[in-house]
Amino acid sequence: MLSVHLILFLAFGVVCVAGAINLLVQTHPINSALSLIVVMAALAGEYLLLGAEFVAAVQVIVYAGAIMVLFVFTIMLLNAGVEERTKGSRVAVLFGIPGMLLGSVLVAWVFLRHSGTEAVAVGALPGAPKTIGPLLFHEFLLPFEITSILILIAIMGAVVLASKPPTAPPRKVD
Amino acid sequence: MPIWVFILASVIKSAVVLVVLLTAVAYTVWLERKVVGHMQNRWGPTRVGPFGLLQPAADGLKFLFKEDLTPPHVYKPLYIAAPLIAVIFALTSISVVPFGNSVVFGPFTVPQFLPFHVAMMPFHWGGAVIGPYLIPLQITDVNTGMLLILGVTSIGVYGVALAGWSSNNKYSLLGGLRASAQMVSYEISLGLSLVGVLIMAGSFSLRTIVESQGGHFWGFIPRWNIFTGQFVGFFCYLMAAYAETNRIPFDLPEAETELVAGYHTEYSAMKFAMFFMAEYANMITVACLATLLFFGGWNGPLFGPRILQAVLPVFWFAAKIFGFLFLYIWVRGTLPRFRYDQLMSFGWKFLLPLSIANLIATAIAVAW
Repeated sequence: MLSVHLILFLAFGVVCVAGAINLLVQTHPINSALSLIVVMAALAGEYLLLGAEFVAAVQVIVYAGAIMVLFVFTIMLLNAGVEERTKGSRVAVLFGIPGMLLGSVLVAWVFLRHSGTEAVAVGALPGAPKTIGPLLFHEFLLPFEITSILILIAIMGAVVLASKPPTAPPRKVD
Repeated sequence: MPIWVFILASVIKSAVVLVVLLTAVAYTVWLERKVVGHMQNRWGPTRVGPFGLLQPAADGLKFLFKEDLTPPHVYKPLYIAAPLIAVIFALTSISVVPFGNSVVFGPFTVPQFLPFHVAMMPFHWGGAVIGPYLIPLQITDVNTGMLLILGVTSIGVYGVALAGWSSNNKYSLLGGLRASAQMVSYEISLGLSLVGVLIMAGSFSLRTIVESQGGHFWGFIPRWNIFTGQFVGFFCYLMAAYAETNRIPFDLPEAETELVAGYHTEYSAMKFAMFFMAEYANMITVACLATLLFFGGWNGPLFGPRILQAVLPVFWFAAKIFGFLFLYIWVRGTLPRFRYDQLMSFGWKFLLPLSIANLIATAIAVAW
């Protein structure tokens, strides 16, 4: 029998896939970005239904909230127009769609058959913040710290790229 | 608790909270006009009703009957969706805010003469006993309530950003850009300033956080987080909250002197009213959060007969929120607006390090 959770899970899945397809179909970058937000939010719903409450909340705050705002910000700032369709993009469509389908089927098959893990039942993931915390800060402390160093490097790179080169003095306009 | 009691309680709670919130939004506008008026040696609204009390109703009617103008060359789907996004996410975050202890519903007996034959109800005759059920005064108590509010607020940015972009107007675009940059910047300080409280309470649930602040030191100083060492966190939260709600002194996205009206320049009638409602609903949410996290929520002195004791917690909660709203208006009547570079350097160079320092100090103190 279909429980309410399972129905919701399937509904979020449909929204997620529809958003992803819309992302590819739309020609205007802002529409694509908004579709990506829908995908992120629907994924958060899926995580929540699986039982991973903390991951769901972080997904909304970090991805749907912060990162996608910056995407939209960039699109607005550059005033990016409608995407151009060239011959190259047609070739990409011709080969890309079958390739993507094949690739995703392959990945799904490998995961289901050969990863040694099982599919999670709805609501079965132990994802409350109280269980995530000790996992992050005890068992996976080293990967966690290494990830933060990685992000720190990325931040420093961004600062270096964004700051003006010190050699060029500010030109005065008379 | 049977499912029909749960559904009935949820529907009633949602309806009551929504009506109260929208009324509060309308009367916060009235309060702001009145208080700022008096601060500037004017009267504020006086004509509609006693003390201008019916002014919000008159304004609402006016917004409804104004021409709903859509300028040419706007990007219509987003132009229409933007105010909806703003107001929907502003109203959503109230759903996890607790405003009092639980109330006990029942037990009472259904009178014999009531001809109950509703199929959903588990009884078909009078004389059945309903309850007692414990109903929390909160639409829903999720154990990541704090994160939910942060997530909903971070999505709410899109309303402002998309309004600015889709209006096809340089002033609107600048307003939208300012709003999104400002909100992303201050969200970090906002989040970090709350972590200190979370560490002290050990939970994301707003109800648990409030309950952890009950009791007193030496019998008279309440055990609110602001008195137990989180005043720096409160300061950071307050500053970041002003920036998140686009209020003076951080109202750069709608700076009239530079940007006409910022992101909502091209909006009229009810669409404009939606942005207005979203702004004031956000103010109320932020005030609720400040009350819950730093000022002990509904904790306060209880006295008098039993019925008064049941009402007092909700009264204390409302009174604290009123205090915060008054502070908002007071600041608006007092401070000038920041420059944009001042806003950014204040957020990144002062507020962020301060909130990180507060977080580290709290963590050390708790671990001690």
